[in-house]
Amino acid sequence: MTDTAPTRTLVIEREMPYPPEKIWRALTEGPLLAQWMMDNDFQPVVGHNFTFRATPMPNWNGIVECEVLRVESNQSLSYRWGVGGAGEWVVTLTLTPTLAGTHLRMEQSGFLPDQSAAFQGAQYGWNKFIGNLERVIGEVG
Amino acid sequence: MTVLADHVFKALADPTRRAIFEGLTRDGEQTVHALTRRAGISQPAVSKHLVILKRARLVRHRHEGRETHYSARPQALAPLVDWMTAYGAFWNDRFDRLENLLKRMDK
Repeated sequence: MTDTAPTRTLVIEREMPYPPEKIWRALTEGPLLAQWMMDNDFQPVVGHNFTFRATPMPNWNGIVECEVLRVESNQSLSYRWGVGGAGEWVVTLTLTPTLAGTHLRMEQSGFLPDQSAAFQGAQYGWNKFIGNLERVIGEVG
Repeated sequence: MTVLADHVFKALADPTRRAIFEGLTRDGEQTVHALTRRAGISQPAVSKHLVILKRARLVRHRHEGRETHYSARPQALAPLVDWMTAYGAFWNDRFDRLENLLKRMDK
């Protein structure tokens, strides 16, 4: 993290040599999703509450509480990502067709438990804060 | 998530406390009086916010005469950086697994 690249959210991007339709299946069909993410009861329906379940570890019961926020077939999928006590984030997966296949982009933006009532405002505040934070850390070294 | 990290997240969940912390980071040490003038809220309210920032170890204080001086400890932000690093590793690992799965789906 440097102040020349002020990423306000965590972004992971990767080009994959497969069409968006195929990747979309892996993102949205529960059994396929379980093979690369975690056990889940996901359904591609806006408003659907579901959980991801991983092996519990110290300070974490292994459960991620989620709610589907947006579903645009073969293009974009977004869910709320809540980890008890640690905070809540929004995970957005975006698929863009390329000549070689698909560009997959994961964006995880955070907001804080105290602010969940004012979701939009909180997300703005948090993103802004992360931007500032990175500048601060850049200066501190 | 450790208790301290929890304190850091909670301390920074409030816009007034973020403003106080950012001000101290940007402009260096300040007295409670100076912080109160800038925050535009009462001194007891500022003091309450400072207690929460102190609990998260985001600020430290020293007494000089009748004044208390506060300064920022930006290194206390480490838990926030940690989550970004941890989730970065998490997603890269999951994307590897996704690619393996897509490869298998070909067959």
